Amino acid sequence: MRLAGAEIVDTFAEAFPMWGARILMTAETPGWAHEAARSLTGFATSVIGCKCEAGIERELDPAETPDGRPGVSALLFAPDRDGLAKRLVERVGQSVLTCPTTACFNGLEAEKTVNVGGQLRFFGDGYQASKVLDGRRYWRVPVMEGEFLVQERFAVAEGVGGGNIIMLGVDSASALRAAEAAAAAMRSVRGVILPFPGGIARSGSKVGSRYSGLMASTNDALCPTLRAQVPNTEVPPGVGSVFEIVIDGLTVEAVSDAMAQGLDAAARSGASHVTAGNYGGNLGPYHIALKDLLPGAGEG
Amino acid sequence: MLTLTLREQPTVPLETDGVTPDRLAPCSRDEVEALTVWHGNRRAKVGDFFAVSGQAGEELRVEGDLRRVKFLGAGMTAGRLTIAGDAGMHTGAGMSGGELVVAGAVGDFAAVGMRGGRLVVEGSAGHHLGAAHQGERAGMRGGEILVHGDAGEQVGAGLRRGLIAVAGRAGAAAGLRMLAGTIVALGGLGARPGAAMRRGTIVAMSEVTLLPTFAFNCTYRPQFLRLYLRRLRALGLPLTDQQIEGRYARWSGDGLELRRGEILILESERSLA
Repeated sequence: MRLAGAEIVDTFAEAFPMWGARILMTAETPGWAHEAARSLTGFATSVIGCKCEAGIERELDPAETPDGRPGVSALLFAPDRDGLAKRLVERVGQSVLTCPTTACFNGLEAEKTVNVGGQLRFFGDGYQASKVLDGRRYWRVPVMEGEFLVQERFAVAEGVGGGNIIMLGVDSASALRAAEAAAAAMRSVRGVILPFPGGIARSGSKVGSRYSGLMASTNDALCPTLRAQVPNTEVPPGVGSVFEIVIDGLTVEAVSDAMAQGLDAAARSGASHVTAGNYGGNLGPYHIALKDLLPGAGEG
Repeated sequence: MLTLTLREQPTVPLETDGVTPDRLAPCSRDEVEALTVWHGNRRAKVGDFFAVSGQAGEELRVEGDLRRVKFLGAGMTAGRLTIAGDAGMHTGAGMSGGELVVAGAVGDFAAVGMRGGRLVVEGSAGHHLGAAHQGERAGMRGGEILVHGDAGEQVGAGLRRGLIAVAGRAGAAAGLRMLAGTIVALGGLGARPGAAMRRGTIVAMSEVTLLPTFAFNCTYRPQFLRLYLRRLRALGLPLTDQQIEGRYARWSGDGLELRRGEILILESERSLA
Protein backbone atom coordinates (compact mmCIF):
# COMPACT_ATOMS: atom_id res chain seq x y z
CA MET A 1 0.00 0.00 0.00
CA ARG A 2 1.27 3.45 -0.81
CA LEU A 3 0.24 6.84 0.50
CA ALA A 4 1.77 10.07 -0.76
CA GLY A 5 4.99 8.36 -1.71
CA ALA A 6 5.34 6.33 1.47
CA GLU A 7 5.03 2.57 1.65
CA ILE A 8 2.43 1.61 4.25
CA VAL A 9 3.25 -1.82 5.60
CA ASP A 10 0.30 -4.20 5.82
CA THR A 11 0.48 -4.77 9.56
CA PHE A 12 -1.22 -3.69 12.73
CA ALA A 13 -0.55 -1.99 16.03
CA GLU A 14 -1.24 -4.15 19.02
CA ALA A 15 -2.66 -2.20 21.93
CA PHE A 16 -3.71 -3.36 25.36
CA PRO A 17 -5.94 -2.19 28.23
CA MET A 18 -4.63 0.38 30.69
CA TRP A 19 -6.38 2.41 33.34
CA GLY A 20 -6.48 6.12 32.67
CA ALA A 21 -7.35 9.37 34.42
CA ARG A 22 -7.68 12.94 33.25
CA ILE A 23 -6.19 15.61 35.50
CA LEU A 24 -7.10 19.27 35.14
CA MET A 25 -4.60 21.73 36.52
CA THR A 26 -5.45 25.41 36.76
CA ALA A 27 -3.31 28.34 37.81
CA GLU A 28 -3.20 32.11 37.82
CA THR A 29 -1.40 32.09 34.46
CA PRO A 30 -1.17 29.60 31.60
CA GLY A 31 2.55 29.43 32.30
CA TRP A 32 2.13 28.06 35.80
CA ALA A 33 -0.55 25.64 34.66
CA HIS A 34 1.91 24.33 32.09
CA GLU A 35 4.66 24.11 34.70
CA ALA A 36 2.45 21.91 36.84
CA ALA A 37 1.44 19.79 33.87
CA ARG A 38 5.01 19.34 32.69
CA SER A 39 6.08 18.30 36.15
CA LEU A 40 3.12 15.93 36.60
CA THR A 41 3.77 14.25 33.28
CA GLY A 42 7.55 14.18 33.60
CA PHE A 43 9.42 10.89 33.67
CA ALA A 44 6.32 9.02 32.56
CA THR A 45 7.28 7.71 29.15
CA SER A 46 6.75 4.01 29.67
CA VAL A 47 5.40 1.69 32.33
CA ILE A 48 8.55 -0.35 31.81
CA GLY A 49 10.61 2.09 33.83
CA CYS A 50 8.26 4.77 35.09
CA LYS A 51 5.30 2.75 36.44
CA CYS A 52 2.97 4.93 34.42
CA GLU A 53 2.62 6.82 31.15
CA ALA A 54 1.47 10.40 31.07
CA GLY A 55 1.29 13.38 28.81
CA ILE A 56 -0.33 16.74 28.29
CA GLU A 57 -3.59 16.41 26.44
CA ARG A 58 -4.26 20.07 25.69
CA GLU A 59 -4.41 23.61 27.01
CA LEU A 60 -7.75 24.64 28.45
CA ASP A 61 -9.48 27.95 27.99
CA PRO A 62 -10.55 29.57 31.29
CA ALA A 63 -14.18 29.02 30.26
CA GLU A 64 -13.54 25.26 30.28
CA THR A 65 -12.04 24.97 33.76
CA PRO A 66 -13.91 24.52 37.04
CA ASP A 67 -12.51 27.69 38.58
CA GLY A 68 -12.43 29.85 35.48
CA ARG A 69 -8.65 30.13 35.39
CA PRO A 70 -6.24 29.04 32.66
CA GLY A 71 -5.63 25.34 32.72
CA VAL A 72 -4.04 22.29 31.19
CA SER A 73 -5.43 18.78 31.02
CA ALA A 74 -3.18 15.76 31.24
CA LEU A 75 -3.83 12.05 30.95
CA LEU A 76 -2.13 9.46 33.11
CA PHE A 77 -2.21 5.73 32.46
CA ALA A 78 -1.11 2.74 34.51
CA PRO A 79 -1.52 -1.02 34.09
CA ASP A 80 -4.04 -1.36 36.91
CA ARG A 81 -6.42 0.75 38.94
CA ASP A 82 -4.55 0.54 42.23
CA GLY A 83 -1.33 1.51 40.51
CA LEU A 84 -3.03 4.42 38.85
CA ALA A 85 -4.36 5.63 42.19
CA LYS A 86 -0.86 5.53 43.69
CA ARG A 87 0.68 7.38 40.77
CA LEU A 88 -2.01 10.03 40.94
CA VAL A 89 -1.41 10.66 44.63
CA GLU A 90 2.36 10.75 44.11
CA ARG A 91 2.34 13.01 41.12
CA VAL A 92 -0.42 15.42 42.13
CA GLY A 93 1.22 15.61 45.54
CA GLN A 94 4.73 16.22 44.32
CA SER A 95 4.08 18.19 41.16
CA VAL A 96 0.82 20.10 41.50
CA LEU A 97 0.52 20.70 45.23
CA THR A 98 4.03 22.15 45.15
CA CYS A 99 3.51 24.35 42.09
CA PRO A 100 2.64 28.02 42.72
CA THR A 101 -1.01 29.12 42.34
CA THR A 102 -2.32 25.78 41.09
CA ALA A 103 -5.49 23.86 41.82
CA CYS A 104 -6.23 20.33 40.65
CA PHE A 105 -9.49 18.77 39.49
CA ASN A 106 -10.81 15.54 38.08
CA GLY A 107 -11.50 15.86 34.37
CA LEU A 108 -13.12 12.54 33.56
CA GLU A 109 -16.65 11.21 33.87
CA ALA A 110 -16.57 7.55 34.80
CA GLU A 111 -18.25 5.20 37.22
CA LYS A 112 -15.14 4.22 39.16
CA THR A 113 -13.15 6.73 41.18
CA VAL A 114 -10.01 6.74 43.29
CA ASN A 115 -9.15 8.83 46.29
CA VAL A 116 -6.57 11.51 45.54
CA GLY A 117 -7.40 14.70 47.40
CA GLY A 118 -8.54 12.64 50.35
CA GLN A 119 -4.99 11.33 50.66
CA LEU A 120 -3.20 14.59 49.97
CA ARG A 121 -5.26 16.40 52.60
CA PHE A 122 -3.05 14.95 55.32
CA PHE A 123 -0.31 17.31 54.22
CA GLY A 124 -2.45 19.91 55.96
CA ASP A 125 -1.53 18.34 59.29
CA GLY A 126 -4.97 18.82 60.73
CA TYR A 127 -5.56 22.31 59.34
CA GLN A 128 -7.06 21.04 56.10
CA ALA A 129 -10.73 21.64 55.43
CA SER A 130 -13.16 20.15 52.97
CA LYS A 131 -15.93 21.70 50.96
CA VAL A 132 -18.74 19.87 49.20
CA LEU A 133 -20.21 21.60 46.19
CA ASP A 134 -22.74 20.05 43.83
CA GLY A 135 -22.02 16.61 45.24
CA ARG A 136 -18.25 16.83 44.83
CA ARG A 137 -15.86 17.11 47.74
CA TYR A 138 -12.81 19.32 47.53
CA TRP A 139 -9.95 19.62 49.98
CA ARG A 140 -8.37 22.89 50.95
CA VAL A 141 -4.81 22.28 52.07
CA PRO A 142 -3.06 25.25 53.68
CA VAL A 143 0.35 25.89 52.14
CA MET A 144 2.91 28.66 52.55
CA GLU A 145 1.69 30.42 49.43
CA GLY A 146 -1.95 30.33 50.53
CA GLU A 147 -4.10 27.31 49.86
CA PHE A 148 -4.02 24.30 47.55
CA LEU A 149 -7.39 23.11 46.31
CA VAL A 150 -7.74 19.54 45.12
CA GLN A 151 -10.75 17.43 44.30
CA GLU A 152 -11.16 14.43 46.55
CA ARG A 153 -11.94 11.74 44.00
CA PHE A 154 -10.71 11.30 40.46
CA ALA A 155 -12.54 9.15 37.97
CA VAL A 156 -10.60 6.32 36.37
CA ALA A 157 -11.59 4.35 33.31
CA GLU A 158 -10.26 1.49 31.30
CA GLY A 159 -8.37 2.96 28.36
CA VAL A 160 -5.96 1.77 25.74
CA GLY A 161 -2.17 1.78 25.85
CA GLY A 162 0.40 0.92 23.26
CA GLY A 163 -1.16 2.27 20.10
CA ASN A 164 1.73 3.12 17.81
CA ILE A 165 3.05 3.97 14.39
CA ILE A 166 6.65 3.61 13.26
CA MET A 167 8.15 5.92 10.66
CA LEU A 168 11.14 5.02 8.53
CA GLY A 169 13.22 7.44 6.50
CA VAL A 170 16.32 7.58 4.40
CA ASP A 171 18.13 9.46 7.15
CA SER A 172 17.54 10.74 10.65
CA ALA A 173 16.52 14.22 9.52
CA SER A 174 13.82 13.08 7.11
CA ALA A 175 12.50 10.39 9.45
CA LEU A 176 12.36 12.86 12.34
CA ARG A 177 10.63 15.45 10.17
CA ALA A 178 7.95 12.89 9.35
CA ALA A 179 7.63 11.88 13.00
CA GLU A 180 7.32 15.51 14.11
CA ALA A 181 4.57 16.10 11.57
CA ALA A 182 2.80 12.95 12.74
CA ALA A 183 3.05 13.96 16.41
CA ALA A 184 1.72 17.43 15.66
CA ALA A 185 -1.25 15.97 13.80
CA MET A 186 -1.98 13.50 16.58
CA ARG A 187 -2.08 16.23 19.22
CA SER A 188 -5.26 17.57 17.63
CA VAL A 189 -7.10 14.45 18.79
CA ARG A 190 -8.71 14.66 22.23
CA GLY A 191 -8.45 11.81 24.66
CA VAL A 192 -4.95 10.70 23.67
CA ILE A 193 -1.40 11.42 24.76
CA LEU A 194 2.00 10.72 23.29
CA PRO A 195 4.07 9.91 26.38
CA PHE A 196 7.59 10.04 24.91
CA PRO A 197 9.75 13.17 24.67
CA GLY A 198 8.15 15.46 22.14
CA GLY A 199 5.79 12.58 21.49
CA ILE A 200 8.52 10.61 19.71
CA ALA A 201 10.62 7.62 20.75
CA ARG A 202 13.86 6.80 18.99
CA SER A 203 14.33 3.63 20.96
CA GLY A 204 11.41 1.34 20.36
CA SER A 205 11.77 -1.88 22.29
CA LYS A 206 11.03 -5.55 21.97
CA VAL A 207 9.85 -7.74 24.81
CA GLY A 208 12.64 -9.47 26.73
CA SER A 209 16.40 -9.52 26.44
CA ARG A 210 19.31 -11.90 26.34
CA TYR A 211 20.18 -10.49 29.77
CA SER A 212 18.12 -11.93 32.59
CA GLY A 213 16.11 -9.37 34.53
CA LEU A 214 15.55 -7.01 31.63
CA MET A 215 11.91 -6.77 30.62
CA ALA A 216 12.66 -5.08 27.35
CA SER A 217 15.56 -4.35 25.06
CA THR A 218 16.26 -2.54 21.82
CA ASN A 219 14.09 -3.42 18.87
CA ASP A 220 17.03 -4.78 16.88
CA ALA A 221 14.85 -5.74 13.94
CA LEU A 222 14.24 -2.02 13.32
CA CYS A 223 17.74 -0.75 14.07
CA PRO A 224 19.23 0.40 10.73
CA THR A 225 22.77 -0.04 12.06
CA LEU A 226 22.07 -3.74 12.57
CA ARG A 227 20.40 -4.37 9.22
CA ALA A 228 23.19 -6.68 8.11
CA GLN A 229 23.71 -8.20 11.54
CA VAL A 230 20.33 -9.45 12.68
CA PRO A 231 18.64 -12.31 10.89
CA ASN A 232 15.11 -10.92 11.11
CA THR A 233 15.71 -7.31 10.11
CA GLU A 234 12.69 -5.31 9.08
CA VAL A 235 14.71 -2.37 7.80
CA PRO A 236 14.34 -2.05 4.03
CA PRO A 237 17.32 -1.12 1.91
CA GLY A 238 17.93 2.62 1.82
CA VAL A 239 16.43 3.29 5.24
CA GLY A 240 18.78 5.05 7.64
CA SER A 241 16.63 5.97 10.62
CA VAL A 242 13.41 4.89 12.39
CA PHE A 243 11.17 6.62 14.94
CA GLU A 244 8.13 5.41 16.86
CA ILE A 245 5.18 7.27 18.28
CA VAL A 246 3.32 5.54 21.10
CA ILE A 247 -0.28 6.58 21.74
CA ASP A 248 -2.26 6.01 24.91
CA GLY A 249 -5.91 6.96 24.89
CA LEU A 250 -9.12 6.85 26.82
CA THR A 251 -10.83 4.88 24.03
CA VAL A 252 -9.66 2.69 21.18
CA GLU A 253 -11.50 5.02 18.82
CA ALA A 254 -9.42 7.98 19.97
CA VAL A 255 -6.21 5.96 19.59
CA SER A 256 -7.21 4.82 16.10
CA ASP A 257 -8.12 8.36 15.13
CA ALA A 258 -4.76 9.65 16.32
CA MET A 259 -2.94 6.88 14.46
CA ALA A 260 -4.81 7.76 11.27
CA GLN A 261 -3.92 11.44 11.62
CA GLY A 262 -0.29 10.56 12.29
CA LEU A 263 -0.08 8.04 9.47
CA ASP A 264 -1.34 10.55 6.95
CA ALA A 265 0.92 13.36 8.19
CA ALA A 266 4.00 11.15 8.27
CA ALA A 267 3.40 9.87 4.76
CA ARG A 268 3.05 13.41 3.47
CA SER A 269 6.14 14.65 5.31
CA GLY A 270 8.86 12.48 3.92
CA ALA A 271 8.58 9.07 5.53
CA SER A 272 9.71 6.34 3.19
CA HIS A 273 7.76 3.70 5.06
CA VAL A 274 5.20 3.63 7.88
CA THR A 275 4.68 0.51 9.90
CA ALA A 276 3.45 -0.44 13.37
CA GLY A 277 4.61 -2.57 16.27
CA ASN A 278 2.93 -5.69 17.47
CA TYR A 279 3.68 -8.86 19.34
CA GLY A 280 2.14 -11.29 16.95
CA GLY A 281 -1.30 -10.57 18.26
CA ASN A 282 -0.68 -12.40 21.52
CA LEU A 283 -0.29 -9.51 23.97
CA GLY A 284 -3.13 -7.10 23.49
CA PRO A 285 -6.77 -7.42 22.49
CA TYR A 286 -6.80 -4.29 20.32
CA HIS A 287 -5.41 -4.81 16.82
CA ILE A 288 -5.43 -1.62 14.79
CA ALA A 289 -4.58 -2.36 11.17
CA LEU A 290 -2.82 0.38 9.25
CA LYS A 291 -4.76 -0.38 6.08
CA ASP A 292 -7.96 0.52 7.92
CA LEU A 293 -6.53 3.93 8.77
CA LEU A 294 -5.75 5.01 5.24
CA PRO A 295 -7.83 7.83 3.77
CA GLY A 296 -10.94 6.33 2.24
CA ALA A 297 -10.65 3.07 4.14
CA GLY A 298 -14.02 1.72 5.12
CA GLU A 299 -15.84 3.74 2.45
CA GLY A 300 -17.99 2.12 -0.17
CA MET B 1 -48.12 19.13 35.93
CA LEU B 2 -50.46 19.18 38.91
CA THR B 3 -51.68 22.55 40.14
CA LEU B 4 -53.16 23.29 43.56
CA THR B 5 -54.88 26.65 43.80
CA LEU B 6 -55.76 27.96 47.24
CA ARG B 7 -59.33 29.18 47.14
CA GLU B 8 -59.04 31.67 49.99
CA GLN B 9 -56.57 32.43 52.71
CA PRO B 10 -57.22 30.24 55.75
CA THR B 11 -58.26 31.95 58.97
CA VAL B 12 -55.53 30.15 60.92
CA PRO B 13 -52.36 28.61 59.50
CA LEU B 14 -52.83 25.60 57.29
CA GLU B 15 -50.17 22.90 57.58
CA THR B 16 -49.53 21.00 54.38
CA ASP B 17 -46.76 18.68 55.49
CA GLY B 18 -46.37 15.97 52.88
CA VAL B 19 -47.88 17.82 49.96
CA THR B 20 -44.84 17.35 47.77
CA PRO B 21 -44.35 16.42 44.11
CA ASP B 22 -42.81 13.06 44.92
CA ARG B 23 -45.66 12.10 47.28
CA LEU B 24 -48.35 13.27 44.89
CA ALA B 25 -46.83 11.86 41.71
CA PRO B 26 -48.60 8.47 41.85
CA CYS B 27 -51.92 9.93 43.07
CA SER B 28 -55.10 10.48 41.12
CA ARG B 29 -56.84 13.82 41.47
CA ASP B 30 -59.35 12.31 43.94
CA GLU B 31 -56.54 10.90 46.03
CA VAL B 32 -54.80 14.27 46.09
CA GLU B 33 -57.98 16.01 47.21
CA ALA B 34 -58.37 13.45 49.99
CA LEU B 35 -54.92 13.99 51.48
CA THR B 36 -54.81 15.25 55.03
CA VAL B 37 -53.85 18.79 55.94
CA TRP B 38 -54.18 20.51 59.30
CA HIS B 39 -56.17 23.70 59.66
CA GLY B 40 -55.06 24.90 63.06
CA ASN B 41 -55.75 21.89 65.28
CA ARG B 42 -58.43 20.42 63.01
CA ARG B 43 -57.87 17.71 60.47
CA ALA B 44 -58.97 18.66 56.98
CA LYS B 45 -58.45 17.62 53.36
CA VAL B 46 -56.50 19.18 50.55
CA GLY B 47 -59.72 19.47 48.59
CA ASP B 48 -61.28 21.59 51.35
CA PHE B 49 -58.84 24.40 50.60
CA PHE B 50 -57.36 23.84 47.18
CA ALA B 51 -58.77 23.45 43.70
CA VAL B 52 -56.87 20.61 42.10
CA SER B 53 -56.20 20.63 38.37
CA GLY B 54 -53.87 18.95 35.93
CA GLN B 55 -52.16 15.62 36.19
CA ALA B 56 -49.76 14.58 38.92
CA GLY B 57 -46.18 14.04 37.83
CA GLU B 58 -42.73 15.29 38.62
CA GLU B 59 -43.92 18.89 38.77
CA LEU B 60 -46.27 20.45 41.25
CA ARG B 61 -47.43 24.05 41.27
CA VAL B 62 -49.17 25.76 44.16
CA GLU B 63 -50.97 29.05 43.63
CA GLY B 64 -52.85 31.56 45.75
CA ASP B 65 -52.21 33.67 48.83
CA LEU B 66 -50.08 31.13 50.67
CA ARG B 67 -48.67 33.29 53.46
CA ARG B 68 -50.58 31.30 56.05
CA VAL B 69 -49.78 27.95 54.49
CA LYS B 70 -46.98 26.21 56.35
CA PHE B 71 -44.68 23.32 55.47
CA LEU B 72 -45.08 23.67 51.71
CA GLY B 73 -42.62 21.21 50.20
CA ALA B 74 -41.53 19.98 53.59
CA GLY B 75 -39.84 16.62 53.33
CA MET B 76 -39.80 16.53 49.55
CA THR B 77 -37.26 14.13 48.10
CA ALA B 78 -37.50 14.67 44.36
CA GLY B 79 -39.29 16.54 41.61
CA ARG B 80 -39.96 20.23 41.25
CA LEU B 81 -42.34 22.33 43.31
CA THR B 82 -43.15 25.86 42.22
CA ILE B 83 -44.90 28.22 44.59
CA ALA B 84 -46.38 31.09 42.64
CA GLY B 85 -46.12 33.77 45.30
CA ASP B 86 -45.27 34.10 48.97
CA ALA B 87 -45.14 31.04 51.21
CA GLY B 88 -45.54 30.61 54.95
CA MET B 89 -43.30 29.23 57.63
CA HIS B 90 -41.32 25.97 57.40
CA THR B 91 -41.34 25.97 53.61
CA GLY B 92 -39.04 23.18 52.42
CA ALA B 93 -38.33 22.04 55.95
CA GLY B 94 -36.41 18.78 55.97
CA MET B 95 -36.36 18.48 52.21
CA SER B 96 -33.76 16.04 50.92
CA GLY B 97 -34.03 16.31 47.16
CA GLY B 98 -35.65 18.01 44.21
CA GLU B 99 -36.04 21.70 43.58
CA LEU B 100 -38.40 24.05 45.35
CA VAL B 101 -38.83 27.46 43.74
CA VAL B 102 -40.73 30.20 45.52
CA ALA B 103 -41.62 33.14 43.32
CA GLY B 104 -42.16 35.39 46.34
CA ALA B 105 -40.97 35.48 49.93
CA VAL B 106 -40.87 32.69 52.51
CA GLY B 107 -41.60 32.88 56.22
CA ASP B 108 -39.42 31.86 59.14
CA PHE B 109 -37.77 28.45 59.45
CA ALA B 110 -37.61 27.85 55.71
CA ALA B 111 -35.55 24.75 54.89
CA VAL B 112 -34.78 23.99 58.53
CA GLY B 113 -33.13 20.61 58.79
CA MET B 114 -32.66 20.47 55.03
CA ARG B 115 -30.62 17.48 53.81
CA GLY B 116 -30.44 17.90 50.07
CA GLY B 117 -31.97 19.41 46.97
CA ARG B 118 -32.31 23.08 46.25
CA LEU B 119 -34.55 25.86 47.59
CA VAL B 120 -34.72 29.00 45.49
CA VAL B 121 -36.47 32.02 46.99
CA GLU B 122 -36.95 34.83 44.54
CA GLY B 123 -38.08 37.20 47.27
CA SER B 124 -36.80 37.41 50.83
CA ALA B 125 -36.62 34.83 53.60
CA GLY B 126 -37.55 35.11 57.26
CA HIS B 127 -35.56 34.14 60.31
CA HIS B 128 -33.80 30.81 60.85
CA LEU B 129 -33.34 30.06 57.16
CA GLY B 130 -31.65 26.64 56.84
CA ALA B 131 -31.25 26.52 60.59
CA ALA B 132 -31.75 23.70 63.05
CA HIS B 133 -35.12 22.44 64.18
CA GLN B 134 -35.87 23.81 67.61
CA GLY B 135 -33.98 21.73 70.16
CA GLU B 136 -31.61 20.16 67.67
CA ARG B 137 -27.90 20.88 67.52
CA ALA B 138 -27.30 20.52 63.78
CA GLY B 139 -29.20 22.46 61.16
CA MET B 140 -29.07 22.04 57.44
CA ARG B 141 -27.06 18.95 56.47
CA GLY B 142 -26.83 19.30 52.71
CA GLY B 143 -28.26 20.95 49.63
CA GLU B 144 -28.39 24.52 48.43
CA ILE B 145 -30.49 27.54 49.38
CA LEU B 146 -30.52 30.60 47.16
CA VAL B 147 -32.32 33.74 48.27
CA HIS B 148 -32.55 36.61 45.83
CA GLY B 149 -33.71 39.08 48.47
CA ASP B 150 -32.76 39.53 52.12
CA ALA B 151 -32.82 36.98 54.93
CA GLY B 152 -33.70 37.37 58.59
CA GLU B 153 -31.74 36.52 61.68
CA GLN B 154 -29.84 33.31 62.36
CA VAL B 155 -29.38 32.23 58.77
CA GLY B 156 -27.77 28.80 58.84
CA ALA B 157 -27.77 28.50 62.61
CA GLY B 158 -26.21 25.12 63.40
CA LEU B 159 -25.39 24.59 59.72
CA ARG B 160 -23.69 21.22 59.30
CA ARG B 161 -23.19 20.97 55.54
CA GLY B 162 -24.43 22.68 52.39
CA LEU B 163 -24.56 26.13 50.87
CA ILE B 164 -26.76 29.10 51.73
CA ALA B 165 -26.45 32.16 49.52
CA VAL B 166 -28.31 35.41 50.15
CA ALA B 167 -28.17 38.04 47.43
CA GLY B 168 -29.35 40.73 49.83
CA ARG B 169 -28.54 41.28 53.46
CA ALA B 170 -28.42 38.46 56.00
CA GLY B 171 -29.62 39.44 59.46
CA ALA B 172 -27.95 39.18 62.82
CA ALA B 173 -26.19 36.05 64.03
CA ALA B 174 -25.80 34.43 60.62
CA GLY B 175 -24.01 31.12 61.07
CA LEU B 176 -24.74 31.02 64.78
CA ARG B 177 -23.15 27.86 66.23
CA MET B 178 -22.52 26.56 62.74
CA LEU B 179 -20.58 23.32 62.48
CA ALA B 180 -19.49 23.41 58.84
CA GLY B 181 -20.87 24.39 55.45
CA THR B 182 -20.89 27.72 53.67
CA ILE B 183 -22.93 30.90 53.92
CA VAL B 184 -22.50 33.62 51.31
CA ALA B 185 -24.07 37.03 51.91
CA LEU B 186 -23.76 39.38 48.97
CA GLY B 187 -25.56 42.31 50.58
CA GLY B 188 -23.98 42.48 54.00
CA LEU B 189 -24.13 40.70 57.33
CA GLY B 190 -25.86 41.74 60.51
CA ALA B 191 -24.30 41.76 63.95
CA ARG B 192 -22.41 38.85 65.49
CA PRO B 193 -21.88 36.69 62.41
CA GLY B 194 -20.45 33.30 63.18
CA ALA B 195 -21.01 33.55 66.91
CA ALA B 196 -19.92 30.24 68.47
CA MET B 197 -19.17 28.73 65.07
CA ARG B 198 -16.86 25.72 65.15
CA ARG B 199 -16.05 25.21 61.48
CA GLY B 200 -17.39 26.34 58.16
CA THR B 201 -17.24 29.47 56.06
CA ILE B 202 -19.14 32.75 56.05
CA VAL B 203 -18.47 35.01 53.09
CA ALA B 204 -19.25 38.72 53.16
CA MET B 205 -18.92 41.17 50.31
CA SER B 206 -18.88 44.31 52.43
CA GLU B 207 -17.45 45.45 55.74
CA VAL B 208 -18.56 43.49 58.77
CA THR B 209 -18.32 44.16 62.49
CA LEU B 210 -16.86 40.99 63.88
CA LEU B 211 -16.91 39.65 67.38
CA PRO B 212 -13.62 40.17 69.24
CA THR B 213 -13.21 36.41 69.33
CA PHE B 214 -12.29 36.37 65.65
CA ALA B 215 -8.64 36.81 64.65
CA PHE B 216 -7.25 38.10 61.37
CA ASN B 217 -4.99 35.80 59.31
CA CYS B 218 -4.23 37.39 55.97
CA THR B 219 -5.77 38.64 52.76
CA TYR B 220 -5.68 36.23 49.83
CA ARG B 221 -7.60 34.72 46.95
CA PRO B 222 -9.34 31.55 48.19
CA GLN B 223 -9.33 29.11 45.29
CA PHE B 224 -12.36 27.21 46.49
CA LEU B 225 -14.42 30.38 46.61
CA ARG B 226 -14.10 30.84 42.87
CA LEU B 227 -15.89 27.53 42.41
CA TYR B 228 -18.66 28.53 44.77
CA LEU B 229 -19.20 32.01 43.38
CA ARG B 230 -19.09 30.84 39.78
CA ARG B 231 -21.71 28.25 40.59
CA LEU B 232 -23.90 30.84 42.29
CA ARG B 233 -23.60 33.08 39.27
CA ALA B 234 -24.57 30.18 37.04
CA LEU B 235 -27.62 29.67 39.26
CA GLY B 236 -28.67 33.27 38.73
CA LEU B 237 -27.24 35.28 41.63
CA PRO B 238 -25.66 38.62 40.71
CA LEU B 239 -21.97 37.92 41.29
CA THR B 240 -19.45 40.34 39.81
CA ASP B 241 -16.06 39.44 38.40
CA GLN B 242 -14.50 41.45 41.20
CA GLN B 243 -16.24 39.29 43.78
CA ILE B 244 -15.20 36.09 42.03
CA GLU B 245 -11.61 37.07 41.40
CA GLY B 246 -11.06 39.36 44.37
CA ARG B 247 -8.98 39.07 47.48
CA TYR B 248 -10.59 38.23 50.79
CA ALA B 249 -9.54 38.91 54.35
CA ARG B 250 -9.60 35.67 56.31
CA TRP B 251 -10.68 35.81 59.94
CA SER B 252 -10.65 32.70 62.11
CA GLY B 253 -13.08 32.01 64.86
CA ASP B 254 -14.95 31.68 67.00
CA GLY B 255 -12.10 31.74 69.51
CA LEU B 256 -14.48 30.58 72.20
CA GLU B 257 -14.96 27.39 70.23
CA LEU B 258 -12.45 25.57 67.98
CA ARG B 259 -11.35 28.64 65.99
CA ARG B 260 -11.66 26.40 62.93
CA GLY B 261 -14.34 28.50 61.30
CA GLU B 262 -13.65 31.39 58.98
CA ILE B 263 -15.21 34.61 57.85
CA LEU B 264 -13.99 35.80 54.48
CA ILE B 265 -14.51 39.48 53.74
CA LEU B 266 -14.03 40.87 50.26
CA GLU B 267 -11.28 43.44 50.18
CA SER B 268 -13.01 46.72 49.49
CA GLU B 269 -11.84 49.33 47.05
CA ARG B 270 -11.39 51.66 50.03
CA SER B 271 -9.01 49.27 51.74
CA LEU B 272 -7.13 48.87 48.47
CA ALA B 273 -6.61 52.62 48.19
